[in-house]
Amino acid sequence: MTKHPDHISASKFIDELRRYQKGSVSRRHFLGVTGLGLATAVLSTAVPGLRPRKAWAGLSGTLNVTTWPNYFSQENYDNFTKQTGVPINVNVFGSNEEMLAKLQAGSTGWDVLVPTNYTISTYKNLDLIEPLDLKLFPSYDPAAQDPRFLGPGTIDGVTYAVPKDWGTTGFIVNTKATTENPTSWKEFFALAQGPLSGKATVHDYQLTTIGSAAKALGYGFNTVDKNELAEIEKLLVATKPHLFAVTSDYQPAMRNGDAAMAMCWTNDAAQLNRDMPEMSYRLGKDGGEIWVDHYAVIKGAPNREAAYAFLDFILTPDINAKEIEAHGTPTTDSRVLKLLPESILKNPILYPAADQLTALEYGAAETLTNPDRAELMARFKSA
Amino acid sequence: MRGSRPGMMNLSMASTSRPKLVTTLLLLPAGLFFVFLLLVPLAVVLIFSFGERAPAGGYMPAFTLQNYMDLPARGKAFFNTLTLAPLGTLLTALFAFPMAYFLAVKVSPKWRVTLLILVMAPFWTSQLLRYYAWMMILGNKGIPGWLAMVGLDVRIINTPWAVLIGAVYGFLPLMVPPIYVSLEKLDKRLLEASADLGATPARTFWQVTLPLALPGVATGSMLVFILLMGDYILPQFLGGGKVFFIGNALVDLFLQSRNWPFGAAVSVALVAIMFVTIYVYMRFVLSKTDTRRAALV
Repeated sequence: MTKHPDHISASKFIDELRRYQKGSVSRRHFLGVTGLGLATAVLSTAVPGLRPRKAWAGLSGTLNVTTWPNYFSQENYDNFTKQTGVPINVNVFGSNEEMLAKLQAGSTGWDVLVPTNYTISTYKNLDLIEPLDLKLFPSYDPAAQDPRFLGPGTIDGVTYAVPKDWGTTGFIVNTKATTENPTSWKEFFALAQGPLSGKATVHDYQLTTIGSAAKALGYGFNTVDKNELAEIEKLLVATKPHLFAVTSDYQPAMRNGDAAMAMCWTNDAAQLNRDMPEMSYRLGKDGGEIWVDHYAVIKGAPNREAAYAFLDFILTPDINAKEIEAHGTPTTDSRVLKLLPESILKNPILYPAADQLTALEYGAAETLTNPDRAELMARFKSA
Repeated sequence: MRGSRPGMMNLSMASTSRPKLVTTLLLLPAGLFFVFLLLVPLAVVLIFSFGERAPAGGYMPAFTLQNYMDLPARGKAFFNTLTLAPLGTLLTALFAFPMAYFLAVKVSPKWRVTLLILVMAPFWTSQLLRYYAWMMILGNKGIPGWLAMVGLDVRIINTPWAVLIGAVYGFLPLMVPPIYVSLEKLDKRLLEASADLGATPARTFWQVTLPLALPGVATGSMLVFILLMGDYILPQFLGGGKVFFIGNALVDLFLQSRNWPFGAAVSVALVAIMFVTIYVYMRFVLSKTDTRRAALV
């Protein structure tokens, strides 16, 4: 154990601070020798914000959060564990369809789910998520939410899911790898079959792959019309041999240069562009998807208390702001917007000009369960 | 033992029935396992394969042959699996045999165990991690990148070649030990006899060593072939959704389009194909080894 001195001189303090900064001593040693650890402990009982909230006390077990790849701040999750003693077990999925399949198979042991707008009504109808008890996570404030994004989570006036963040589905182009300058889905598919043959990827996901191909042909993003789907299948199957891959995990291929153009979500685009400025994200002039992901609580969640504590924690504005900074997905919460740095708010990948958004559509619930779209996607993949 | 004491009626009864009881008890776990985790699920799969997809996905009871009529829609997946799985098995065997031969015949016993452990060493790392590494090696900045420096434009990742490379790499540790075991048991005097009788080393290899090692090759091949036929991760990672196996089609049908009945029909077809292939193969190998053995004796 480190000895705790009664006092510490200013120069000694600076010495210790330097040692800590250089990494010569541990954080624990630094806090102990300077008395800062004790000071924090005393302060935290006096300042209400630093004290664990009542709802977070007495939690136990593990929290199972089911979400998407590259879609949370590890630091935030670690802090949740530190404050509540509940470790978070993260399950990562590639598509809403896959999440639904696991839930339909039963007893997943999941507590918190991150569903996309178009799936929530189906989850509700299949009795897979519970109506949220808003009293249990006071950090969520519906009045602070952008009203555009409140629709999908609320069914018949009951809140089944609260917005996590929103984004778009466009495509990303490595401008160092190609001089082509596509601005629409029509051009995307033409390039994929032509100059960028072997260098393009599409999602392993029916909603966006079929939807974007539909836009290239001038159909609605959510079409389930059999004739239109037949035309879409023709386009996709003709493109298949030219694709580099069919995958929703396209960051590795874009980063190491295997692919030069990829169907892409906002958050992946933000992460790619942050590390490689030559990565240029575009929304199709001819349309595409706008989406809003939610937090929902699974019906019969094994750790329901921790699930609500988690929602309360993660939706706290300053914590939520760290989420956005980590994964680069636009927030729906105006309180969080105020806390974000200029660089994020001015980033056109996250916040495109309003006129670019008008052509975009929400996914429709019908596409989740429509057998024709499902089989089309499966045939395309096995083609 | 009490049972060995004669004259006591009830105990001698026990002595005959006890081994039976012990046998039953010993077989019970395996038997229950077999019935409940193999036969019953197989029956469920068979029943599902005649059903219909429920409106929100899943299974709905029905009796239709439509799922079997739809099988040609997965023709490419069957084709890929039925060509690449045998080819991958063959390649793995070709790589494994010299390795096993070296270990069993050439290496001094002092090093044998160490080297055998090293063959298995890749298994200590997660399969997923190893395939991710191969994605990098076979990707743009890996081997194709070096080849590009000498002017060769080659693409490996997300082609059947990548899947074959992954198969050989991934399954070599399964193929080497069975071949090693059969070669190690090989009576070296047979080789001397063969040489004494004037056979060249090549002829000795083809007519003595190889036939005697055939059971090991057959076992290893079966292990690898069965795993490759049902593989999902390898084509997913190194095929990138472009080299599609039946395993990938099944994952799609159960997890994405949630058409369980069609998925069940595809599974039944896969099981049927495996059964026939393995039956024919085993018959062939057994007849070969038997005749060889007979011919040798």
